[in-house]
Amino acid sequence: MPTEILMPALSPTMEEGTLAKWLVKEGDSVASGDIMAEIETDKATMEFEAVDEGTIGKILVPDGTEGVKVNTPIAVLLEEGESADDIASEAPAPAPEPGPQPIKAPAEAKTATGPASSAGQVPPAVEPDWPEGTEMEMQTVREALNAAMAEEMRRSEDVFIMGEEVAEYQGAYKITQNLLEEFSAKRVIDTPITEHGFAGIGVGAALGGLRPIVEFMTWNFAMQAIDQIINSAAKTLYMSGGQMGCPIVFRGPNGAAARVGAQHSQDYAAWYAQVPGLKVVMPYSASDAKGLLKSAIRDPNPVIFLENEILYGKSFEVPKLDDFTVPFGKARVWREGSDVTIVSFGIGMTYALEAADRLADEGISAEVIDLRTLRPLDYDTVLASVMKTNRCVTVEEGWPVASISNHLSATIMERAFDYLDAPVINCTGKDVPMPYAANLEKLALVTTDEVINAVKQVTYR
Amino acid sequence: MATRKSAKKSNASADELKQFYYDMLLIRRFEEKAGQLYGMGLIGGFCHLYIGQEAVVVGLEAAAKDGDKRITTYRDHGHMLACGMDPNGVMAELAGREGGYSRGKGGSMHMFSKDKHFYGGHGIVGANVPLGAGLAFSDKYRGNDNVTFTYFGDGAANQGQVYETFNMAALWQLPVIFVIENNHYAMGTAQKRSTSSPDIYTRGEAFGIPGEAVDGMRVEEVKAAGEKATAHCRAGKGPYILEVKTYRYRGHSMSDPAKYRTREEVQKMRDEKDAIEHVRELLLKGKHASEADLKTIDKDIKSIVNTAAEFAKDSPEPAPAELWTDIYADA
Repeated sequence: MPTEILMPALSPTMEEGTLAKWLVKEGDSVASGDIMAEIETDKATMEFEAVDEGTIGKILVPDGTEGVKVNTPIAVLLEEGESADDIASEAPAPAPEPGPQPIKAPAEAKTATGPASSAGQVPPAVEPDWPEGTEMEMQTVREALNAAMAEEMRRSEDVFIMGEEVAEYQGAYKITQNLLEEFSAKRVIDTPITEHGFAGIGVGAALGGLRPIVEFMTWNFAMQAIDQIINSAAKTLYMSGGQMGCPIVFRGPNGAAARVGAQHSQDYAAWYAQVPGLKVVMPYSASDAKGLLKSAIRDPNPVIFLENEILYGKSFEVPKLDDFTVPFGKARVWREGSDVTIVSFGIGMTYALEAADRLADEGISAEVIDLRTLRPLDYDTVLASVMKTNRCVTVEEGWPVASISNHLSATIMERAFDYLDAPVINCTGKDVPMPYAANLEKLALVTTDEVINAVKQVTYR
Repeated sequence: MATRKSAKKSNASADELKQFYYDMLLIRRFEEKAGQLYGMGLIGGFCHLYIGQEAVVVGLEAAAKDGDKRITTYRDHGHMLACGMDPNGVMAELAGREGGYSRGKGGSMHMFSKDKHFYGGHGIVGANVPLGAGLAFSDKYRGNDNVTFTYFGDGAANQGQVYETFNMAALWQLPVIFVIENNHYAMGTAQKRSTSSPDIYTRGEAFGIPGEAVDGMRVEEVKAAGEKATAHCRAGKGPYILEVKTYRYRGHSMSDPAKYRTREEVQKMRDEKDAIEHVRELLLKGKHASEADLKTIDKDIKSIVNTAAEFAKDSPEPAPAELWTDIYADA
């Protein structure tokens, strides 16, 4: 029986990819290990090898097809004695339409265009981050981060980036793509795999007056370097009586990716947000990723910039402006509502916005606030909203104990107690190391359903 | 690339010897005063005295030029005085007063001077080593010929981040001199109980970093080694390691009962190897100075140190509002 060759998943977070090029044609015989095709993921172009022997009976997805979902049959392999005629007797494979397709808008991108796009929602009264009438373009978070660094490196010679695989490899997650080419090896520096050491060298360079961007391949590895981040970077200005500042950005993906297990799936938002002397940024959208990273690079203080691998490939509208920055300490109200305030940040916004959409269908009007920066934290926007809605649910991917959510609850209790009609509920990741099994991982993460249930609880529905 | 024990040589001039004497004596008298003020409760917390090790920093500062940077650990008073920081400001900081270098917010272990290119004052053993390489990185990036003196102890030399730093400093040819002040005790642990190979200066061999052992009780030898090291770095040849063998007479900190070594051991070092006595002898025997000349220096220094102590006592504590300043630089 002919074997279907399926579109492979070539990274933990890959859901679809481009079939860039077939290197075999129908009728070719292949052996295990032969390269059959080049497949482009959001991170890299990868070669796809045959695992079985046989003859290519039929190519189902032609060269250049974009948006091919993982596990879609892309070709049929014939074993000895089978012929192309056998394929006809098989049920036709659900091949996607050939030729370039428009990029599939992910669910999040729908809400990403702003509160106005949700039916029945009033546009936010809050000050937008760009002037009215600004031309917008769709950009992924990855492209936005890349553009932010390139713009700031053009702006100041003192800005450089160092980290593992940032230069010749073009970034483990392609965030630093093309920077080496434009800025040379002097300013785009591959480091050995020694987080503790290169974080310290980065801090020293910042004390020496440069503006380093230190990329951690993921924040999980920065635990090796946390002494330098906290003891050397965060505290020096204070210890020196204001003489010696440390203008440095530490950035990289934070939180769970997909199926990468306990040591590679942790949200550090609450850890770093606890430390005076650090600024902590955790963007959700591409425009915030860009505007906040540019602000971070210009900031004279050490900035912890927490990105998210799953969000890297999501597209959002980004203003087409020569120099677009977003200030720290200013939350963004994504949609206005009157029944409950949902506060979140980073990837938590995915669940917050989805929940708000579904709640709207049930007649519950949720106001959704993206904190964007955790230090400084925009208490005023949160408190004003809670005073209006009298109810609050927080959404955070990290662990529950001593979380940002706990801190918000405490602050709301202290400063808006009399306005509350229900206790604040924290929707967080579960209090467990991240399991590998797909079903358990889902259970460990916060879900949209949990947010909806929490909202129903605080609104007594 | 080679690691070797440095050849002894002394061609210091009379003026230079006098300066050495002056600088080392200032550190010793300052530290004695600090110890006294600690006993009186004017200085609190941790206070690590540099007494015995004076020749290390004085010899290396003699090999430095304007623009060179220095960074060290928590045993930092000597380094600050040797690079020209004001004894009044240092003593006031020890006392936690407004007139201190960090306005009382840093203390003994955390002082800085942008002006003198002194980058602290760091309390985590080994953590200042990558910072020093980073400072050197900033100079290389800017294309000048400054070097960074990165001081640490025999204890810190066993920290992992030191070797991460050696690797990158060699890989990127950073102009950094790793000065290992080997006083033979990591707090209370003798070197032979903590360190598998006694010759720390050879630890760079795996990375291609030349290293050299120096008698740290002989200031002129330290200076000569420092000149070789700075020439190497300024020529763009990358990092250099100096293991400067020295000895601290006092405890690790003020609260150290010093049960890990004998009184006789300390006394023997003082009697036979003292760095200040050595220069004193060179000055007197070489007829570069008379007893009276040296007495004048002693008197001057006594006066500087007393002034510093008075300044520290008179300086007010920082205003309560200082609690909330200097957490962030204005964006």
